[in-house]
Amino acid sequence: MDALAEGVAANARELHGAGIIAAIKASGIQYILAVPDIVTSSGLLAPIACDKDFRLVRVCKEDECIGIASGLSYSDKRALILIQYTGFLDSLNAIRGIAVEYKQPICMMVGLLGHDPEVAPRASPRYGVRIIEPICDDMGLAHHLISVDADVGKIQPAIERAYHESEPVALLIGRRPKPSSRTSP
Amino acid sequence: MMKRDQCFRILARHIKDEAVVSTYSSAVDWVEINPRPLNYLSIGAMGLDSSHGLGLALGRPDKRVIVLQGDGSLLMNLGSLVTIAALAPKNLVHFVAQNDSYEANGSQPIPNPKVDFAGIARGAGYAACYDFSDLKNFEQQIAHLLEQEGPVFATLRVEPSKPLKYDYRSLYDPEKRQAFKTAFASRT
Repeated sequence: MDALAEGVAANARELHGAGIIAAIKASGIQYILAVPDIVTSSGLLAPIACDKDFRLVRVCKEDECIGIASGLSYSDKRALILIQYTGFLDSLNAIRGIAVEYKQPICMMVGLLGHDPEVAPRASPRYGVRIIEPICDDMGLAHHLISVDADVGKIQPAIERAYHESEPVALLIGRRPKPSSRTSP
Repeated sequence: MMKRDQCFRILARHIKDEAVVSTYSSAVDWVEINPRPLNYLSIGAMGLDSSHGLGLALGRPDKRVIVLQGDGSLLMNLGSLVTIAALAPKNLVHFVAQNDSYEANGSQPIPNPKVDFAGIARGAGYAACYDFSDLKNFEQQIAHLLEQEGPVFATLRVEPSKPLKYDYRSLYDPEKRQAFKTAFASRT
């Protein structure tokens, strides 16, 4: 493989936070409800915290986000929950009761901590990562893997569908999004 | 010691167009005392009533939101006190009926009946905190409490009530959620 082809292949395996944030904005999201997650901390949460287009709500524990997003939906305010998969697992009863059974438009962006993006999450050697998609399937919870820039196009349709159909969705972040040069430390 | 339904009957006399979030035993009492479309029933994930209330309050800062939480429920979501205090919604009033038990789950005791919820809320940063154990005092102060800038917190120290009838089919009714949505969206 020549240098140019290697460069193209390498870029195809990148994920940039700026693109994700643009997709979140294009989806009409006003509120970001977050518990810090090392996968998305520098590439998403840090720039979102400085972005005046969003109202960032920092919560103590992830299941709070489910209640807040549900409450906001009653005034047609769109929210995105930004958490780590450990917090997703911790919030399963809230997701079950409020998001799935009550058919609420709960949109979650979930960092897959420790995930090797070259491996499918279901094949991950990490137990916690490996069980996420099967849990979503068993719960009837729509999910999409966002691992490279080419996946970013899935975000807006997924959020639009969630609000249009009043149903939850999980956007699984399979790689640390790169911060833009303006926001990187 | 007060009774929860006595407190709620007094509260109901002061309610106009506020959204009222209630859960489990509080919901059973409140819905019987004051059935109305603007009742938001937080059933299905115990503890999240305060978070639902926060979301409602943020979404409609022009509308007052009242949360009627139980002590067992708040203990499952104590962090929400910190989150609410940080966001400081002026339109949120947060009651916790403290009967020292998980009433909806067999009236088993909470881990520590000595817990001071108003003290915790004060430490979290609520704008005003109250602790009521006398009905007459509650009745005298309720109007002022409801008019204050929030977030306002009030503990209602109440006796365990007689066994309640939990009609979960009604509490889960999706038509009630739709009726709430329509009423909450109304600007009149």
